Amino acid sequence: MLLVVEQFLNGLQFGLLLFLLAAGLTLVFGIMDLVNLAHGSLYMMGAYFAATFAAWTGSFLAGALMALGATLVLGIALEVTALRHLYGRDHLDHVLATFGLILFFNEAVRLIWGPAGLALPLPAWLTVPVPILPGIHYPAYRLAIIIVALLVALLLYLGVMRTRIGMLIRAGASNREMIGALGINIKLLYTLVFGLGAALAGLAGLMQAPILTVQIGMGENILILAFVIIVIGGIGSIRGAFLAAIFVGMIDTLGRAFLPNLLRQVLSGAAASTAAPALSSMLIYLLMAIVLVVRPEGLFPANRR
Amino acid sequence: MKGLTVGKAVTALMLAGLVLLPLYSQLTGNVFILTLFPRIIILALAAASLNLIMGFGGMMSFGHAAYLGIGGYAVGMLAQEGVGSGFVQFPIALAASAAYALVIGALSLRTRGVYFIMITLAFAQMAYYVASGLARYGGDDGLTIYKRSDFAGLIDLGNRTQFYYLCLACLLGVVFLIWRIVNSRFGLVVQGLRSNEQRMQAIGFPAKRYQLVCFVISGTMCGLAGALLANNTDFVSPAVMYWTRSGDLMVMVILGGMGTLFGPIIGAVVFLLLEEFLSQITEYWALIMGPLLLLIVLFGRGGIMGLLGRAGRG
Repeated sequence: MLLVVEQFLNGLQFGLLLFLLAAGLTLVFGIMDLVNLAHGSLYMMGAYFAATFAAWTGSFLAGALMALGATLVLGIALEVTALRHLYGRDHLDHVLATFGLILFFNEAVRLIWGPAGLALPLPAWLTVPVPILPGIHYPAYRLAIIIVALLVALLLYLGVMRTRIGMLIRAGASNREMIGALGINIKLLYTLVFGLGAALAGLAGLMQAPILTVQIGMGENILILAFVIIVIGGIGSIRGAFLAAIFVGMIDTLGRAFLPNLLRQVLSGAAASTAAPALSSMLIYLLMAIVLVVRPEGLFPANRR
Repeated sequence: MKGLTVGKAVTALMLAGLVLLPLYSQLTGNVFILTLFPRIIILALAAASLNLIMGFGGMMSFGHAAYLGIGGYAVGMLAQEGVGSGFVQFPIALAASAAYALVIGALSLRTRGVYFIMITLAFAQMAYYVASGLARYGGDDGLTIYKRSDFAGLIDLGNRTQFYYLCLACLLGVVFLIWRIVNSRFGLVVQGLRSNEQRMQAIGFPAKRYQLVCFVISGTMCGLAGALLANNTDFVSPAVMYWTRSGDLMVMVILGGMGTLFGPIIGAVVFLLLEEFLSQITEYWALIMGPLLLLIVLFGRGGIMGLLGRAGRG
């Protein structure tokens, strides 16, 4: 029982983290029609910035806040110098150009921080277990991730659906010429949206940093998961990304935790221990395949065009 | 457009160079060149196979490295189980790649555009994870192949020169096949689907079926590259399927010129030589390669072949 609740929460936490990453990716795609493979690099940069700034200031929170600002600035700089020129081009061009950026970022990190990973230690007040149900404790830090990610999701929803900027963003997503003709500075709007997406990726990276080591290429594996999520959820749909992220986080975590035992019930021990790791890492791709067979446009396709 | 263009001249020069390479190696005593170039030729084959669906068919597969892995693992796993004959290994490698392409293609072709890019990418990652989970065949660490494929004395894959010419023959054979396909009725239908799928369907062609067959052919060709690659390195690991490998293949195609017969080969030669050259100057070669790619995408429309074409006209 204890294990089930704990794994359930782990799945939720992982899913919410994936949502932050997928939200930025799908926001940029949905509004600017830009496929950004380097989104995972921004996630990695968030983690590196946080580890560096936290070591400088000696404070986890200050480091995290500075890292958030730094990825926002980095994202804006990236949009202005490189990605701005790719709008309206073929998706294949986006894929290649941002693939080049991944090479660049990985190598730049190796040059600046060296090939060894970094660690981002947690402050004492975040390492204590918190009682969540009678007799059940859960690590405070993972709980904090859940709360922060839920807050961000709520703010994002309210920001996009209820504010003037959000209204412009949605308008820009459906018709960029029209919104430009209305006298809105669409260039600036795009830069801000990209910065926001970058900051979301950075937030995911810096929050994940204390759980895993901060290392080169850390963004690439998780980027694929983010792709799976936005494909399942429907590209360009924040709501789809949210639900799919939680779903994928749960399935991945619970699969890894319980599949080996489940398989042992039906297969011999040796066969089960061979098949389980491969099968549990395949689960989400199987899920994606099933979703695609049923709904090629994803579960909640954004109604563009 | 008949006659000798700059593009054709460069292509002919490159092909002549590739054919004469072992001779050059023997005359100068440069052995390294004969270890470097089989890899380049094999990856050129993979790039050419990707170009068939990407350049001519308009299907942006971002998971093509999966076939390199499947072809390679077929050879490696059979060798591990004591089946050393190339007459068994290669057909199985091709069949396995074809089967994988059939399943992945049938699923992925339900979608289009950027969905297609991401789905092929995700399925290739799945193959990567499956290979990582194969504890019996080395798992994460990969599988060492102790004996190269045995072709009953006809070709000795352990002999550098013979192996080199085998790879080159495979490459030229595949390019010839692609040329035949592209100019056949089947190829024209596939190219028509790239330009306007709706119209082709309205004429009465079953679009998906044509595209799927093309997808499977391309995957099978790349599986051949995988089987050769495993013999070249005497080793196969999940890393050959990692998604950045697929990206490399895509870059080679674009760099050389997508949708041209020899563009991907020029692209592979230039990309891999550049990689080799830059990594000798600095260990941080990707720092230069990355922005270079960005610049090529931004300013180099049509790749090297396009550039040569413009140079010829100007």
